[in-house]
Amino acid sequence: MPVSTPEPPSPAQLFLIFARIGLTSFGGGLSGWLLREFVQQRKLMSEEDFLNGLSIAQALPGVNVTNMAIWIGYRLGGRNGAIASWLGIVVPAALLIVLISTAFSALAGFALTHVALAGAACAAIGLSLSMGLTAARRVPRRAFPLAIMAVTFVAVAILQWPLIWTVLVAGSLSVAVSYSRG
Amino acid sequence: MPAIALSILVVFLPLSLVTIGGGQSAVADMHRQIVDLHGWMTASQFVDAFAISRLAPGPGSLLATLIGWRIAGPWGALAATIGIFGPTALLIYGVAHIWSRFEGARLLKAMERGLRPVAAGTILAASYVLLASLDSGWIGRGLALASTALLMATPINPLLLIGGGAGCFALLHLVGLA
Repeated sequence: MPVSTPEPPSPAQLFLIFARIGLTSFGGGLSGWLLREFVQQRKLMSEEDFLNGLSIAQALPGVNVTNMAIWIGYRLGGRNGAIASWLGIVVPAALLIVLISTAFSALAGFALTHVALAGAACAAIGLSLSMGLTAARRVPRRAFPLAIMAVTFVAVAILQWPLIWTVLVAGSLSVAVSYSRG
Repeated sequence: MPAIALSILVVFLPLSLVTIGGGQSAVADMHRQIVDLHGWMTASQFVDAFAISRLAPGPGSLLATLIGWRIAGPWGALAATIGIFGPTALLIYGVAHIWSRFEGARLLKAMERGLRPVAAGTILAASYVLLASLDSGWIGRGLALASTALLMATPINPLLLIGGGAGCFALLHLVGLA
């Protein structure tokens, strides 16, 4: 492993680091946390290595933070490191979300619970919409990318075509055009 | 593994590979399959689960885990989690594995740029589908838009905003408006 570090963490340590990050991360901005933890504080990775991983994690499908967990885990601890980091980011948070939802179900008898949850959902849709608008702002102002964005939206939201075919077709077309532009 | 868990796995496995730019992009299709196609949840149960997944820490795609849990208990949760995270985990593992020998800078750049409009389209579609399935009418849509504006214009903590949304609705309910 090309690691520029004093002492690479064991798989168990990686699991614990990612479990802590998974359990305390609310509402995004996780790559900032990871950068602080692995590059700036523990100096386990070079910034360049980290940023390479980040652009791959963003380009490939999958949640950025789970992709980053696998990337970092692999760079620092090989196969076992990758598995431990992935389990760390997913499993504890998965157990917690089931617990939280069970707590909400226990309160389901009260009308207020549903009303409050509906209010939370409305505000949470704002997270989705603002992320969509931010992503839309980063789309180049040229006819082709804008058309791809519009067609994808209409196909998924209005026509309700299956996402997988829409993304496969629109995605490969769009990547091919980007590639040919250099 | 019970049959229903297998069906859940089959729904989420392909969805994993289209979660470009994060789990948000798959929410519209989850809704289509879980609510419209299979009828495993009602639209309002789905929106409830979505709200909880945003309140809870951890990756947003744990919405899948929660949906699996609600439909079929532990087996459902396990199937949905493996389904939504498994394929992409193998994919990035493979890329990390060959990265040192991989002269992929140009292709990588093209992927990042080319997938940008697709990700924007799917995330906007997810927001549209969620807005359309709100059963709280114009007050709810107004709150969603106000929350969008706040998130874009200020560095507000999203958790605070979601809690505020819940409090706002609870208050309106108590004074008899919602």
